[in-house]
Amino acid sequence: MPTKNRAVVRIGGAAGEGIASSGDIFCKTASRMGLSVVAYNSYQSVIRGGHVYYQAQIGGPEKVLSHGDQPDVLIALNQDTFNRHAAFVNENGAIIFNKDKIKPEGHSLKNGVQLIGIPVEELTKAYGRNPIMQNTVDSGALVYLLGMDWDLFEGSIRSVFGSKKSEIADLNINLAKIGAAFAKANGKTLDVKLVGDGKKRAFATGNNMIAFGALAGGCKLYTAYPMTPASGVMHWLAPRGSKYGMVMKQMEDELAAMNAVVGAGHVGVRAMTGTSGGGFALMTEGISLSAMLEVPSVIVHVMRGGPSTGLPTKTEQADLFQDLGAGQGDYPKAVIAPLSVGDAYHASVEALNLAEKYQIPVILLSDLYLSEHAETIDDGVVSADVKIERGEIVNSWAPSDPAKTDKDGWYVPKNPDDYLRYKDTPSGVSPRAFPGTENALYVAASDEHDEEGIVISDVFTDPAIRVKMMEKRMRKMIGVEKETGGPIVTGAKEAEATLVGWGSTFNMIEEVRLALEKKGKSINHVHFRTLWPIHAEETAALLKSSRVTIDIENNFTSQLAKLIRMETGHQMTHFVNKYDGEPYSFNALLNEVEARLDGKPNLARNK
Amino acid sequence: MPETTPITPLAEFKPKVSPDWCPGCGDYGVLNALQKAVSNLGIKPKDLLVVSGIGCSSNLPGFIRSFGMHTLHGRAVAVATGAKLGNPDLNVVVTGGDGDGFGIGVGHLLHAARRNVNITYIVLNNQIYGLTTGQTSPTSARGHKTKSTPGGNLEFPFNPEGMALMAGASFVARGFSGEGGHLASVLERAIQHKGFSLVVTMSPCVTYNKLNTYAWFRERVYKLEDEHHDTHNFEAAITKTLEWETRIPMGVFYETDKPVYEESEPAYAFGPPAKQALGLKKEDWTALYDGFR
Repeated sequence: MPTKNRAVVRIGGAAGEGIASSGDIFCKTASRMGLSVVAYNSYQSVIRGGHVYYQAQIGGPEKVLSHGDQPDVLIALNQDTFNRHAAFVNENGAIIFNKDKIKPEGHSLKNGVQLIGIPVEELTKAYGRNPIMQNTVDSGALVYLLGMDWDLFEGSIRSVFGSKKSEIADLNINLAKIGAAFAKANGKTLDVKLVGDGKKRAFATGNNMIAFGALAGGCKLYTAYPMTPASGVMHWLAPRGSKYGMVMKQMEDELAAMNAVVGAGHVGVRAMTGTSGGGFALMTEGISLSAMLEVPSVIVHVMRGGPSTGLPTKTEQADLFQDLGAGQGDYPKAVIAPLSVGDAYHASVEALNLAEKYQIPVILLSDLYLSEHAETIDDGVVSADVKIERGEIVNSWAPSDPAKTDKDGWYVPKNPDDYLRYKDTPSGVSPRAFPGTENALYVAASDEHDEEGIVISDVFTDPAIRVKMMEKRMRKMIGVEKETGGPIVTGAKEAEATLVGWGSTFNMIEEVRLALEKKGKSINHVHFRTLWPIHAEETAALLKSSRVTIDIENNFTSQLAKLIRMETGHQMTHFVNKYDGEPYSFNALLNEVEARLDGKPNLARNK
Repeated sequence: MPETTPITPLAEFKPKVSPDWCPGCGDYGVLNALQKAVSNLGIKPKDLLVVSGIGCSSNLPGFIRSFGMHTLHGRAVAVATGAKLGNPDLNVVVTGGDGDGFGIGVGHLLHAARRNVNITYIVLNNQIYGLTTGQTSPTSARGHKTKSTPGGNLEFPFNPEGMALMAGASFVARGFSGEGGHLASVLERAIQHKGFSLVVTMSPCVTYNKLNTYAWFRERVYKLEDEHHDTHNFEAAITKTLEWETRIPMGVFYETDKPVYEESEPAYAFGPPAKQALGLKKEDWTALYDGFR
């Protein structure tokens, strides 16, 4: 076997054992070495106990596209983890564990797997007793076994604990040294060569990048009600936003969070809220309000497993139809599902721009996997150079000439010089004046209204005005369609088989496509980032040329495939579905796709 | 308000559209009092944002010449909170009914009270659902026969002023639309108050509530100031909100100085969010990005 240039590491134990922070320190070390990293934390809806694990794939110089399959190194923090995962550790891999707590006997391991059983208690007795210590000891062993840069590892420990806790950082560094020394004396480094390019990469989650994009994109009010897996956006903004003039406001519920965004958007603030499916359900009336008042709003919708409270800490893509059908009535909107952590930054900025330019609600549709997993971002993928587009804003308006005022219609005096908040324009977009603007008074009404904003629902529902206003609002979708990107194609423009997916699965599907291409298959990949508008003509043209179209979704009912069929008539030939709560992993997805290519139906799926 | 503030001519608040409430509706009195209050305070129509929910009384923003928002049933306070947080330079007044504010939207009222954002909430309380043609409301009397309670309301009405006080409201008052001058003066104080102010206005529904009529109120109302009520005494205020069947107090129950939300939030050092320059400075962006490395 040639020396590998990547490694998969899995750290498992019970919630509350510090697994995520050990994982973060390890990944930070790798990203500072200039390696590419993808990390995923598989956790439970429990604060202490249960079984959780953190898995990271690191490597270089080629970009790592997923958190990998089975581990090369397993850190088992308890017996349960050892029992569950030991047999899956790759050949010539290693298992690091606390010998005091864990009995390794009775498991069939793959060839060449080293058992690094550390007598933690004996080695650390000088440092007192703390159950978290074993993590750090184990991490030290891990860094040694993978031949990683020790100085960067120490630096990562320091940066996680911060300068205020330098004593704790010192303690952890000493503990890590104990682990490394033990591994050196009792094991051998793995046959991997991890060569970074030396560029210190950023390492962040999707939620980090949504939040960062919001701040960079000029969002000045972010509201939320705590809900996994969207809360990460709030948590990143809470300590930072106010330093840049942004108000981060936790509200009493999602109804308040969404409606406060409408209020803020109305007075000229770029405002955003974030939630998961359950909270989104509560927001939908406010989303419809945003569309009717023609107030921009951005809603970050981070999907988790449903229905109902479902799988609070697991991933799924089953809320697409919830977004498409959100709120009452026909109204213009956009739904954007970013493809990667770096792309989440751009999607956040784009959502703010689209919302303001077209005065519509824009849904940024993420999922637990994209929002909570972390990966390295290559330099230049995100930048400070952010374009902010707000559409036409009326800053002042000349007073109307009373001589021109005429009694027109049933009782409302009209003046051709009046500011018309809902002026019927070719694009459907009317220049906005914010409260406080001289001579531009109007009432934004959730009832149907005329160009001036005066409701037509009370005394006489004028059908002509209703039709005009409906068409004005819906006409905005023409501009939105032009502005948003259609499906993304990778690989050959035309191929025998096409893999189809949306949002967060982009890199995973890409990894499978590349593997199949290497095997000589004629295959390409069509991926949807803009879910609404769906760009029907472009989509139909792209899919028409493929004999085999394999739809891959993290849900039961293939919602994208249904949307495409609804909008284009195209029927996918094969389906891959996953709804166990975990993201796709490379081998599993490759096997599924190959089975479809061999003509095997998706038996798990009862259509 | 400084003494020198000139009043804004009342006519400036008169809208193009005439109210379409039933003749004799209590809402007219509240509208007139609100127009008088903002006029007396010298507020310009362009600096006034009136936000409402849905219901007869929630049509009010359409009938006052200012900026306005007519939003969703029960959500006006949430929308207004966002608007005020977005631009604290605006005078934000919320209007709505008892169904809107004490039924479907009661949660927002309680949290607005404890949050103390500087907005004024006027609830036009007619103790009935009017726009949906006469069903029982959270403030309908027990035994009140309505379309949804033909045998008489089995529930007990609750005490919205007392509830707002318990939730931490820094200004709570009650007015009566049959006494416009008094109501206008209460509204002036409410709008001037720094922090969240609630004014419940008894606003009879002449079409669907034949129980709580103008005459019914006139027999019972009295002014708190006539009985030397101490508006800074919380316990006395709570006690006064409990009076109902025989004597009904009007005026300010309670007022206190408490930190205003938007004055405590450090983000406002950069000015109103609606007026700030957008985006991050290059050096700020770089510092934040380096935090990920």
